[in-house]
Amino acid sequence: MNLILDIFPYAIAYTMPLLAAALGGLYSERSGVVNIGLEGLMVMGMFVSAITIAAFEPAIAVWTLARCQARGIDIVASPAEYQAIFNHFHAMVLWIGVLAGTLGATIFSLLHAFASVTLKANQVISGTAINMIAGAITVFLARTISGSGNISIKLGFLRGDVPVLSKIPLLGRLFFSQTYATTWLVLLILVVSWLLIYRTPFGLRLRSCGEHPQTADAAGINVYRVRYIAVMLSGAMAGLAGSVMLVTYAGEFTGSVAGMGFLALAALIFGQWKPLGILGATFFFGIAATIANVAPGIPRLSSIPEWILRIFPYVVTLVALMLFSKTSQAPRASGEAFDKGKR
Amino acid sequence: MNRARDLFTALMAVFLGLVAGAIFMTAIGANPFAGFFYLFRGGLMSISRIGDTLSTATTLILTGLAVAFAFRTGLFNIGVAGQMLVGGLVATMLALTIGESMPKYLFIPLVLVCSMLAGALWAGIAGLLKAAFNVHEVVATIMLNWTAFWVVDYIIPTFFKAGLETESRTILSDASMRMDWMNRLFDGSHVNFGLFVSISAVIIIAIILDKTVLGYELKAVGFNHHAAEYAGIDVARNVTLAMAISGALAGLAGATYYTGYTLNMQIGVMPTAGFDGIAVALLGANSPWGVLAAALFFGILHAGKGLMGANTSIPPEIGDTIIATIIYFAATSILFFKLFDYLKKKFKKGGQA
Repeated sequence: MNLILDIFPYAIAYTMPLLAAALGGLYSERSGVVNIGLEGLMVMGMFVSAITIAAFEPAIAVWTLARCQARGIDIVASPAEYQAIFNHFHAMVLWIGVLAGTLGATIFSLLHAFASVTLKANQVISGTAINMIAGAITVFLARTISGSGNISIKLGFLRGDVPVLSKIPLLGRLFFSQTYATTWLVLLILVVSWLLIYRTPFGLRLRSCGEHPQTADAAGINVYRVRYIAVMLSGAMAGLAGSVMLVTYAGEFTGSVAGMGFLALAALIFGQWKPLGILGATFFFGIAATIANVAPGIPRLSSIPEWILRIFPYVVTLVALMLFSKTSQAPRASGEAFDKGKR
Repeated sequence: MNRARDLFTALMAVFLGLVAGAIFMTAIGANPFAGFFYLFRGGLMSISRIGDTLSTATTLILTGLAVAFAFRTGLFNIGVAGQMLVGGLVATMLALTIGESMPKYLFIPLVLVCSMLAGALWAGIAGLLKAAFNVHEVVATIMLNWTAFWVVDYIIPTFFKAGLETESRTILSDASMRMDWMNRLFDGSHVNFGLFVSISAVIIIAIILDKTVLGYELKAVGFNHHAAEYAGIDVARNVTLAMAISGALAGLAGATYYTGYTLNMQIGVMPTAGFDGIAVALLGANSPWGVLAAALFFGILHAGKGLMGANTSIPPEIGDTIIATIIYFAATSILFFKLFDYLKKKFKKGGQA
């Protein structure tokens, strides 16, 4: 039991970027556009976020000193107050980075929207091009900026306990202790996404474009517009995912997100294109990956060879897909370009 | 499809990709003419550099063929990297165990057959899951990629490590695909027997696709699997078979790459050639000869990066950036045709007035 309590925060930290990216994929696929470029969009988000934070980092100390002077705080006599102000500006810079990463990937996703919606190009090929462009150009630029291909940030978000709720026995320790602020943002987006997709006119339009775009068009819905919005939302979510990875556990941009985008794609299908299914699938990956990471140090688990634990989530996903894919809930028109002239 | 149109698309995409590369070079304050001069010089200036280009192209030809072959049957094999790992692992294991005590003319065919089988089995799983359970091959092959990745991560350090935990022992020249006469001919370059393997594969795949019943059935499934089924073609069998053949080609890529080029196997690395194969297949319009040409072109870009990096301030990633841009332009090629139609119309109107 203690083991579960100990690894839970790590599992959640690993799950959140995956969840954000998979939700991004959900918007896109529900509108009928396959977005295999999630990986590249995550890389782009992580990159933009990293250069933004790296650019603002030197300013944190300057702002803190200025604020201290303005308030007449003696930084030698009261280091705690200095630290509090520093933390405030530090968090602000990180949030600016997350926002920049989200926006950067949103703009980048327009390349995919233009190719797959306007030009009706093969969506899988366009997505592959997105992955390749992101992987190449970010490292190209990073090398020009920093000399090496990597950009590291000095300090990410600090973990914190949620006031009051973290005092609840058991549940408090599982869900409300040692959490990142970004975790709550992603969970909030999950709830909003569910409401948006199932409880609003926009959600109904989105789903209809993914199921039968010709009917949607006949009903007066602008399919092109809905698909553009959906692809941009997927870019925003994937960019957020990359940024969250950077400011929580990664701490450094290295030119790749190690297959997280593709894993998100698998979680989307594993979760049967539904927000709550996706939550379950991504959390499963999060727990499985964390167990494999910590297993060598835990007596009861160290007897299981590490490689078995490592391949476990992938094999389970394959088996699960085998069982569920016959009755697949995939959006009907996913992957098909919409042509107004075709009925 | 229309060959002339495919060729035009490819050339246009390459041209625009190079223009984009020039823009990026200019953007970071480098001279694009110098950049391209050293890039192409680095891939072609001497017999040993041509050898480097060919040895890079060897792997790309095989991975490109693997992707292209699956595409022709309407399947997207994004798992070439994993199949390469599995094929390469089998080849490396053979080379480090029985390879040194066998004559080379027997050993190389053995390695080729075993790595083909390994790759075919690995990709065949995805094919079977697609055929029997409707599991999307993209997700299945991605899962199999990571499974292969961790299997290699276990086997290499446990059974074949040398000094370092992260790589296998070096394969001796007796058990590798390097050939003394080829090394001499190409002035010490890493070009190896894999080159003949890859060119033979191009010819064989071209024959299978264009001259056999099997190829006809596979392509029919790729064009419209409902129609193919209606015509009496066994779709499930063809899907499984197409993935297996694609995996066999990827397995060959792994064997020639690890026992011919790197001569050892590192853990923790997905071979990038597996993903570059997608680009090769797309630029080559999924035809075997197109793949050959595209792989040679990308081989020049990869081999020339070093010389460009030594003589200019341009980072080596410009090669990958150009390749990625080419693929985007190939994907959006319809834009060129629309543009030409528009210009044609405009020109005609102008003539009448």
